[in-house]
Amino acid sequence: MSVVVAKNIHKSFGALQVLKGVSLTVEGGEVVALIGRSGSGKSTFLRCLNGLETIDAGEIEVAGHRMSSKPAELRKLRRDVGIVFQSYNLFPHLTAGENIMLAPVQVKGLSRKAARDEAQRCLSLVGLGDRFDAYPDMLSGGQQQRVAIARSLAMQPQVLLFDEVTSALDPELTGEVLAVIESLARDGMTMLLVTHEMGFARRVANRTIFMKDGVIHEEGPSAEFFSAPKTPELQAFLRSEVG
Amino acid sequence: MRTFGSPEFLFIVYALRWTLTLTVIAFIGGGIMGIVLALLRIARSRVLRAVTTFYMQVIQGLPLLVLLFLCYYAPSLVGLEIAALTAAAVALTINSSAFLGAIWESALRAIPKAQWESADALALTPYKTLRFVIAPQAIRLALPSTVGFLVQIIKQTSLASIIGFIEITRAGQLVSNATFEPLKAFLSVAALYFAVCFPLTQLSLWLERRTARGGART
Repeated sequence: MSVVVAKNIHKSFGALQVLKGVSLTVEGGEVVALIGRSGSGKSTFLRCLNGLETIDAGEIEVAGHRMSSKPAELRKLRRDVGIVFQSYNLFPHLTAGENIMLAPVQVKGLSRKAARDEAQRCLSLVGLGDRFDAYPDMLSGGQQQRVAIARSLAMQPQVLLFDEVTSALDPELTGEVLAVIESLARDGMTMLLVTHEMGFARRVANRTIFMKDGVIHEEGPSAEFFSAPKTPELQAFLRSEVG
Repeated sequence: MRTFGSPEFLFIVYALRWTLTLTVIAFIGGGIMGIVLALLRIARSRVLRAVTTFYMQVIQGLPLLVLLFLCYYAPSLVGLEIAALTAAAVALTINSSAFLGAIWESALRAIPKAQWESADALALTPYKTLRFVIAPQAIRLALPSTVGFLVQIIKQTSLASIIGFIEITRAGQLVSNATFEPLKAFLSVAALYFAVCFPLTQLSLWLERRTARGGART
């Protein structure tokens, strides 16, 4: 079953056309990496998928919900779509555990007890089972990002979106976050990730997509995509990324 | 002629309850209106923003004394007799609402957009986002200035003496007139203001230090 279906998405910010007809289908259990230079539209596209950006034209269906401008409909969609941001965006006045419990209690109506157990389970899953009562400012960037992942997981989403989640991290902290994402991939979580980590995309993603100037320029199974890029633009991009 | 003794001093002390009554009314009334104003100001509607901007600019640009006169004398034009307490309470409430509204608006705006966004992404309703994510952080930010403004209100109530409302400044004036000892009378008044305001000022400073030190934690 397709978890994400996006058809011919267009999006402009004022006069700037950021997405010029992007179509993408993601099947359940698939891991798809989105790569490209900054300004290529990859993050904007990701943010369109859970309605953080409104689209000008096209159709989006995620986890069986059609994208809607009605707030109540949009919230139904968002219950089933998790997103993790580059800058973590944890709630600084709540502990790690409370950050994770908030949405299950307030959105799904879980009891505090059930939400607490679920939060504890998700924290353990990202290797932070002992930091339930830590406030975000007591945690390293990598730990905060893992709490953010746990916060998304606690809603039991059908798909997780990752928006350059390691870009703000030191290299030594990047590894611990990527390891968590990799373990989610092994567990069959459907994921769409915008990333600059080429090695990671190659290893973990089933499929990789290269975006350029607001369109999908090249895509393919990760192994071939990286070993035998077809278009000169992707070849140039991969060369510049490897350094 | 009377001399300044403990009955005179006590007269001023008893008037303190009216100073405090007026303060509480202005703070609660102005606070409720201020919350509504702050929320309207961050709403998307342009009309609401224009209307609230106009209200706040007018009030903030108006001397409180003039507002007080308007509230006291305007009702009599339509034949309404209005008590000094009512007029003073209305004027102080209106004045406080504009300033508290501005303080709280800037606190709400100081919360990064990313906080709204991640709450949105977790499917929280706007109300729950405000209640559980934004307000707790904004309140913490706004608390020092709010307590600071409370001190301002306490001192502003002295203006009500001009329309004959007997709070401690007016009580001091009456005692001064009766005893011809203005220095003792007004030093007593000053001591009372200080006794009420000083702890609050300290509280405000402490809150400010705590905010600066502790980030957004509760």
